[in-house]
Amino acid sequence: MDLTLKIWRQASANDKGRFVSYKVNNVSADSSFLEMLDVLNEDLVIKGEDPVAFDHDCREGICGACSLYINGRPHGPDRGITTCQMHMRHFKDGETITIEPWRAKPFPVIKDLMVDRSAFDKIIQAGGFISVRTGGVPDANAIPIPKRDADLAMDAAACIGCGACVAACKNASAMLFVAAKVSQFALLPQGRVEAKERVQKMVAKMDELGFGNCTNTYACEAECPKEISVANIARMNREFLVAKVAAPKDK
Amino acid sequence: MGKLDSKIPQGPLAEKWSYYKSHQNLVNPANKRRMDIIVVGTGLAGAAAAASFGELGFNVKVFGIHDSPRRAHSIAAQGGINAAKNYPNDGDSIYRLFYDTIKGGDYRAREANVYRLAEVSNDIIDQCVAQGVPFAREYGGLLDNRSFGGAQVSRTFYARGQTGQQLLLGAYSALSKEIGKGTVKMYPRSDMMDLVVVDGHARGIIARNIITGKLERHAAHAVVLATGGYGNVFFLSTNAMTSNGSAVWKVYKKGAFFGNPCFTQIHPTCIPVAGDYQSKLTLMSESLRNDGRIWVPKYAEDAEKIRKGQLKPTDLGEDRRDYYLERRYPAFGNLVPRDVASRAAKERCDAGFGVGNTGLAVYLDFADAIKRLGKHVIEARYGNLFQMYEKIVDDNPYETPMMIYPAVHYTMGGIWVDYELQSTIPGLFVAGEANFSDHGANRLGASALMQGLSDGYFVLPYTIQNYLAGHIHEPHFKTDLPEFEQAEMNVRETIHRLLSVKGTKTVDTFHRKLGHIMWDYVGMARNKEGLQKAIPMLRQLREEFWKDVKIPGTNEMVNTELEKALRVADFLELGELMARDALHREESCGGHFREEYQTPDGEALRDDANFAYVAAWEYQGENAEPLMHKEPLAFEYIEVKQRNYK
Repeated sequence: MDLTLKIWRQASANDKGRFVSYKVNNVSADSSFLEMLDVLNEDLVIKGEDPVAFDHDCREGICGACSLYINGRPHGPDRGITTCQMHMRHFKDGETITIEPWRAKPFPVIKDLMVDRSAFDKIIQAGGFISVRTGGVPDANAIPIPKRDADLAMDAAACIGCGACVAACKNASAMLFVAAKVSQFALLPQGRVEAKERVQKMVAKMDELGFGNCTNTYACEAECPKEISVANIARMNREFLVAKVAAPKDK
Repeated sequence: MGKLDSKIPQGPLAEKWSYYKSHQNLVNPANKRRMDIIVVGTGLAGAAAAASFGELGFNVKVFGIHDSPRRAHSIAAQGGINAAKNYPNDGDSIYRLFYDTIKGGDYRAREANVYRLAEVSNDIIDQCVAQGVPFAREYGGLLDNRSFGGAQVSRTFYARGQTGQQLLLGAYSALSKEIGKGTVKMYPRSDMMDLVVVDGHARGIIARNIITGKLERHAAHAVVLATGGYGNVFFLSTNAMTSNGSAVWKVYKKGAFFGNPCFTQIHPTCIPVAGDYQSKLTLMSESLRNDGRIWVPKYAEDAEKIRKGQLKPTDLGEDRRDYYLERRYPAFGNLVPRDVASRAAKERCDAGFGVGNTGLAVYLDFADAIKRLGKHVIEARYGNLFQMYEKIVDDNPYETPMMIYPAVHYTMGGIWVDYELQSTIPGLFVAGEANFSDHGANRLGASALMQGLSDGYFVLPYTIQNYLAGHIHEPHFKTDLPEFEQAEMNVRETIHRLLSVKGTKTVDTFHRKLGHIMWDYVGMARNKEGLQKAIPMLRQLREEFWKDVKIPGTNEMVNTELEKALRVADFLELGELMARDALHREESCGGHFREEYQTPDGEALRDDANFAYVAAWEYQGENAEPLMHKEPLAFEYIEVKQRNYK
């Protein structure tokens, strides 16, 4: 198939950025979206032009490195997959495809389609863990966990940290990402110990980093490649409220 | 020779690790605060080690090429992690896990290391559960297990099909906790360019900031490499795109010996190559072989017609199919180990019975299982894998058989390390897939995660102290030493050389060519003639690369072509060492199959009298042949047998 690509080009964080159109011809319908971009980049390199920068790594939908806003949707038109898992058979011959980076203030553009998502790491560093050190822990079967809770925790833990939820949200809210981690630990007895401190610290960090608020449009869930449920946001709100109410007055 | 001391502690096998831990040297808390450790890589081994060092009180600097430590390739592991917990009460034990691992590795691993791995496997599961890793559970609330290749017990813990992801996120959370506390400093998007050796000891690294291109010097009392495997030397593999062998190659060139470079694992069930545009291969979990039957057409004419699209696999009746694994290995059938299954697929395709438009594919058929168990059962067991297959291939595996073909998956070879995971350069430790240590010539499923976390959480935090205890008087190192100056200059020169070639071909063009040579001559089946041919071909390709590669842009920017070029330059050299090692090892063992050494019915023929050793290669300079050292493998606790799956 022959395609026209309208790609966001931005040399660096300080550059203004603009759309540039490219033609790619003879694209195999069986190739993935990123392989199609590889073909474009090979062409650009041969011509001595700067190839389009984008993040990617595992190319099987689990590392969370790839992003891309394709025709107005994070990770493109298909549901429940990442950009690297999308194949060109979802597009029509002769189509014009618009490709942009994630657009959110806390995710500044580094170059072209690459953005800086280190804000997510900072939220985790603020409290997205259970404070155990290596060694000296109880036997793995010492604390039984109801299967239902373990399964729900796993549903939440499936988050790949790609940032599509933030990109999809009109408020650039990170609620789904934070809620997924808060929920995972809130559902497990090991995580209950620090649950109150955790949710407060993570929410405070999220606010401090400039992510917006949740106004319940559920765009995040619709665009999440791992289909993480917004029920996690409800759980986080409950955890947060309980933590606030229970917080000692003198703090 | 005589340079290789594996430092195996005294005493009976089961007591060696305890003996070591009770007699080793430790560093007291006040001194820990004054000592720096560099960790390169943030996968299971790197993240686990860095977090544990931080908890102990050391100053830690961690380097990773990704934007976040959570993206390291450990994340892609699907199946599970082994441990000798014996929760199902089915007869497992530390000894049995040790035995299966040694046997699975075709008796080419060190007994003491493998025993320790089995011993600490249980601690790993405890640790991960305490961190909040949501392993699969039974209705009673206890942990669930499943079985995996090469074992008669169910000892594999799992978190759906994303065990690697959950374990890595566990290690990442521990690492994040330490970063938050300030004991660990993380350097994301940082590529290690070289190791700095001062007075024979590893003292630091040169790293390149991937965003700005700036070269940075970092000094420490010890350096840990946990940079993964080098499977991408084949261009197409199941590895992530940026997985590379540059860090291990750089330390090899600085004097660390390279152990068994030719031992590569080819995984039998991957989605076949479809076209030239293809950038990587996707693994379909080994678990599929529990219910799928593997076959090719019985007659070459049928295979030909299928390749041309004139015939569909479902058109062929039972009498025109060849279930070759069931035919050749009636005892194990479709569940033979990875190396055996891979070779058998290649044999059929080479003989002209392959399917798919390239002729390099075989069928994995679920029709019988669906008939026997019903579609809903197969869907419940493998639904996500079937969906993944359909997304990629655009074909419904419930109706037509899947097509699969072997692909490069894991490298058992790596930097030679002693019992302490220390390389031949004092102060340089190597962990996880980057070292050669525990899997011999073939790795069993669900053992890679076990090894990465064992090295990171439970081995290095002890052994590194034994080394550091002898260096407590040394102050924080300065990076203005001439050795740092020299190392940085060399890196600068290499980058300059690459950018000034200004040739006509892209980096990927060379990488693809390299991959073809490696796959054809140093791949699943090797022979003397082919290997002797490959070495000059690799040299020629290397020359061509340095004369004709085209890299646009400069160093001082995000330059992915330059990053790739630096890695491919190293792969081009590493490929030759792999070929040399494969050529010298005149036997077949595990993933290393030399066509000259097989039994009359085509099985691997090991030569224990002459090759029961680790080949540790020492770099001798740019155009000189590397020098091989041997570490003999003595098996005191298990009887060495021929593997038989018939």
